[in-house]
Amino acid sequence: MMTTQQNNFAVNEHGYYGDFGGAFIPEMLYPNVKQLQEQYLQIMQEPAFQQELQQLLRDYVGRPTPLFLAERVSEKHGVKVYLKREDLCHTGAHKINNTVGQILLAQRLGKKRIIAETGAGQHGVATATVCALKGLECIVYMGEKDIERQAPNVARMQMLGATVVPAISGSKTLKDATNEAIRDWINNPVDTHYIIGSVVGPHPYPDMVARFQSIISEEIKKQLLEKTGSELPTHVIACVGGGSNAAGAFYHFLDDLSVQLVAVEAAGCGIDSGMSAATSQLGKPGILHGSKSLLMQTEDGQVVEPHSISAGLDYPGIGPLHAHLFKTGRAVFMSATDEQALKAGFEISRTEGIIPALETAHAFHILNEMTFRKDDVVVICLSGRGDKDLATYMKYL
Amino acid sequence: MNRIDELFAKKNKKVLNVYCTAGYPHLNSTVEVLTALQQNGADLAEIGMPYSDPLADGPVIQQSNMIALENGMSISILFEQLQQVRETIALPIILMGYMNPIMQYGLEKFCADAEAVGVDGIILPDLPMYEFETIYKDLFNKHNLRFIFLVTPETGEERIRKIDALSSGFLYAVSSSSTTGNNKAISDQSNYFKKLQGMQLKNPILVGFGIKDRETFQTACANTNGAIIGSAYIKALQDSVNIQASTKEFLNSITA
Repeated sequence: MMTTQQNNFAVNEHGYYGDFGGAFIPEMLYPNVKQLQEQYLQIMQEPAFQQELQQLLRDYVGRPTPLFLAERVSEKHGVKVYLKREDLCHTGAHKINNTVGQILLAQRLGKKRIIAETGAGQHGVATATVCALKGLECIVYMGEKDIERQAPNVARMQMLGATVVPAISGSKTLKDATNEAIRDWINNPVDTHYIIGSVVGPHPYPDMVARFQSIISEEIKKQLLEKTGSELPTHVIACVGGGSNAAGAFYHFLDDLSVQLVAVEAAGCGIDSGMSAATSQLGKPGILHGSKSLLMQTEDGQVVEPHSISAGLDYPGIGPLHAHLFKTGRAVFMSATDEQALKAGFEISRTEGIIPALETAHAFHILNEMTFRKDDVVVICLSGRGDKDLATYMKYL
Repeated sequence: MNRIDELFAKKNKKVLNVYCTAGYPHLNSTVEVLTALQQNGADLAEIGMPYSDPLADGPVIQQSNMIALENGMSISILFEQLQQVRETIALPIILMGYMNPIMQYGLEKFCADAEAVGVDGIILPDLPMYEFETIYKDLFNKHNLRFIFLVTPETGEERIRKIDALSSGFLYAVSSSSTTGNNKAISDQSNYFKKLQGMQLKNPILVGFGIKDRETFQTACANTNGAIIGSAYIKALQDSVNIQASTKEFLNSITA
């Protein structure tokens, strides 16, 4: 059911969520970004587009993903805990919700060549997958350091026919892979579409990616209604790196102020350790990758390299929507350390038989830090499966 | 009068703007570079304020940004270095950089300090027209700073006119759709330069990106007011033991 009250958390025509967002791009990118700004909503609303998207989401991605009542976790915390099983999506994470949408958009824009950035490789794999499906050329930029750390995902992308290009500039991780993808786009302005993997980048990307991911909360509402008689939970908990799964899980609850939104960042070795990725705690307003948001940086405004045990959370910024949710207090921002996330990952594996991605494990830890009333209904976005993280988990077995 | 305006009032052909990253190759080479540029035929000097994530720049300038940051360069240090620059340097000076470090420094303070040391113009490729127009325009004007926007071969005519109206000093015509230091053939872009020339814009036009030698400089100048050289000069300074000599050799190869 659509809410009728005014949406205070939607992007405005200039791409801003309150103070954050915009499109801070060099003129070389203007035609591409302008084209997207002008056409994304229109294309996404076309019946034929929606039909093709819904069909792919159902038959290819495997949606709707289940909403699972995790009974043993519920019992431990004295509250009903539901898991939104994005880990059951094709390729193992929510990332494909966005790449399926953007590949259809790219086709309608007449683009022949797809570029993407990836950190841990999940978005790269999801992009390579849809490019294989649609027969489009795929180039994935990945930090040289991440290529070494995430060899299985590099192999998956290559097997799917993508070219993986090492980003050798800067700190050689996700931030630099994103820079390289943007530079590729500058150099190939006509035939190329850039599939950004999170709710970051210049307007309209944060809104476009959030819309493609909003299927998560759309389904949660329907499924909760069936299971509990109410479409509203009391809490939605999701991990935040750039923030795409959180944006999707929060989206249809943003204006329902009774729903407590909980964003969980990676504290790494601890927020004050100098080895952290908790952007809302450590960041200041700044501009990176085309939008104004909160950004981890030095006093001189140089972007710093964050740390998290989970490669999907070690991004020095957060999407502008999340910066706005943080600033307005609409979402509570909490964090879990590497150690806490690992422990939570093992606990969920052994109590529910689900090995979560390390990113998601951060969200699970937060159950330990919150107090609930017994009739609360908590939804955790289980954003991805932990297969990719086995090498890390195994060190702690 | 602003030195950029003065320059174009005197000279409107084959104007040579040379870029170097502040703090490159050494932390304290900024003023030495400016001196060498002035003595060897540059008409304008563009100083890059190094940034960890220079989106519009190719590998050569990225590398110079990293080296400059490792050398310890920052906007505060740059302004300290430029404190007495007007005692010896008459060239118009433009600061080029990205929004984030300036936001942290504070835009008002940045403009005031830039004016105080004698900077004439600013290039910020990631500051869009919308933000400039609605928030920052008056600030740059107040401090007598020219604000130079970029146009590209993909920029439509209507937008070029809007950019021209908002720009001051000159228009920075990017030679092809690329990052800096590219190898795309500039000779293919004559129609684009001619189109710009034919539009009777209020600002002079300097061509940048991919200008690296005498031939590309001449091509760029044929239908515009001049050109901007960055990556090729950075390369020339890469292994230089004598900035003055390297600059002389490099600029002679362009203009002689």
